[in-house]
Amino acid sequence: MNETATAPKMTTRNVDVFYGDKKAIDDISIDIDMENVTAFIGPSGCGKSTFLRTMNRMNDTIPSARVTGEITLDGENIYAPSMDVVQLRARVGMVFQKPNPFPKSIYDNIAYGPRIHGLATGKTELDQIVEKSLQRAGLWNEVKDRLQESGTALSGGQQQRLCIARAIAVDPEVILMDEPCSALDPIATAKIEELIHELRGKYAIVIVTHNMQQAARVSQKTAFFHLGNMVEYGDTSEMFTNPKEDRTRDYITGRYG
Amino acid sequence: MKMPEKNTEHTVKAFDTDISEMRGLIAEIGGRAEKSIALAMKALAEHDLDLARQVVRDDKQIDALEQKIDRMVIQTIALRAPMADDLRELVATLKISGVVERIGDYAKNISKRVAVIDPNLHIGPASLLPAMAQAAAQLVDDALTAYATRDADLAEQVVERDRIVDDFYNTIFRSLVTHMVDNPKHIGAGAHFLFIAKNLERIGDHATNVAEMVYFAATGETIAEREQGNNPTDPLYTPH
Repeated sequence: MNETATAPKMTTRNVDVFYGDKKAIDDISIDIDMENVTAFIGPSGCGKSTFLRTMNRMNDTIPSARVTGEITLDGENIYAPSMDVVQLRARVGMVFQKPNPFPKSIYDNIAYGPRIHGLATGKTELDQIVEKSLQRAGLWNEVKDRLQESGTALSGGQQQRLCIARAIAVDPEVILMDEPCSALDPIATAKIEELIHELRGKYAIVIVTHNMQQAARVSQKTAFFHLGNMVEYGDTSEMFTNPKEDRTRDYITGRYG
Repeated sequence: MKMPEKNTEHTVKAFDTDISEMRGLIAEIGGRAEKSIALAMKALAEHDLDLARQVVRDDKQIDALEQKIDRMVIQTIALRAPMADDLRELVATLKISGVVERIGDYAKNISKRVAVIDPNLHIGPASLLPAMAQAAAQLVDDALTAYATRDADLAEQVVERDRIVDDFYNTIFRSLVTHMVDNPKHIGAGAHFLFIAKNLERIGDHATNVAEMVYFAATGETIAEREQGNNPTDPLYTPH
């Protein structure tokens, strides 16, 4: 039991990703743990989103994409033939750049996952999951009186929190966030950041962001990607005050290029 | 361990302009503080009351420069959200401007004593003060050079060499006390010379503070805590 508490939730070892012949990710090994929020930063095209998507096999949907190396969840290789990808994506949830609620009611947006995964045995239990997920996503008080309204009628920030609640509803262990705030205004962004702070420790969280201030605010560990390589990985506080690599410094201080 | 020259400018060129303007202002406030030390010591040596008053007047410009630098640093932090070595440099600049302003205050304080010291008294130990002032001013100069060139080695040397100024202080302190015991009529002037020696010793300490900030800005590390000189006001003082 102690072993699982200290062991990293996810590990990647010598991961390469190819799109056809082109190598997009080169030899990345990193541990993701429950205690820390991990941020991936780097310029556009550096591979940070590609790498994030390997962690719940979202790249499977791209025919030319090929992943080598090993990625594990609780020590289990997620690319093993025995791995159930649907189950994997419930355990490793994802939140995207643009909020993408289903064109259904707020309630059904949350209830959809638990229903198809058979997580609730009846209406009461499903109601509880919906409420708890919305509570955790900090959205409950704003929507509790209009659960039957369409999820798409919410504001952008509320929609993004709805998507986080939807990911939470299937009881994941890891949440991957790909630029979750880039379409949101500063207040909605602050709410998401506060939410990330509250969810820390309950889930292993990885966030890809272009906003370095955001990486500095929400994460405890930061990885800097450049041209498909992970240039530097370390404590966020150290990375933003005293980076070890010149390329990291040039990027975070705005000298890149 | 000189930092490697930055190979690229900021993508936003105005940021580089801001930084070089702040470096220029630090050079200016530092140059004024050094000049004030020299003029204060000249006024003391020549009992030149006009010159002493000029040092007091000049201090207002040093104060104004400090405020200007502080405003600029705060504005730059707010507008540019600096990171890494940029952030360290701005924090160092903010602290250095405050420290250099204090150096100016010590020079002013020395000047204010010129008028009340009888130039006809012969107080032997006071003859060491010009050499001590020179050593302290050199530390200030080197610390500011280290800032301008981001030279962590020179910054370390400044911290090390502050011991010279401390040793001057301890020597002057002991000999002035002895002199005052032997010449009770000189106690008034002797006390002023003691304060002047103390002011110079503090200038050396502040040069050290500047050097420590330069070292931090250049390397991201804090300089190793140095051993203090043997100071008679230190509870652990051991007489030679």
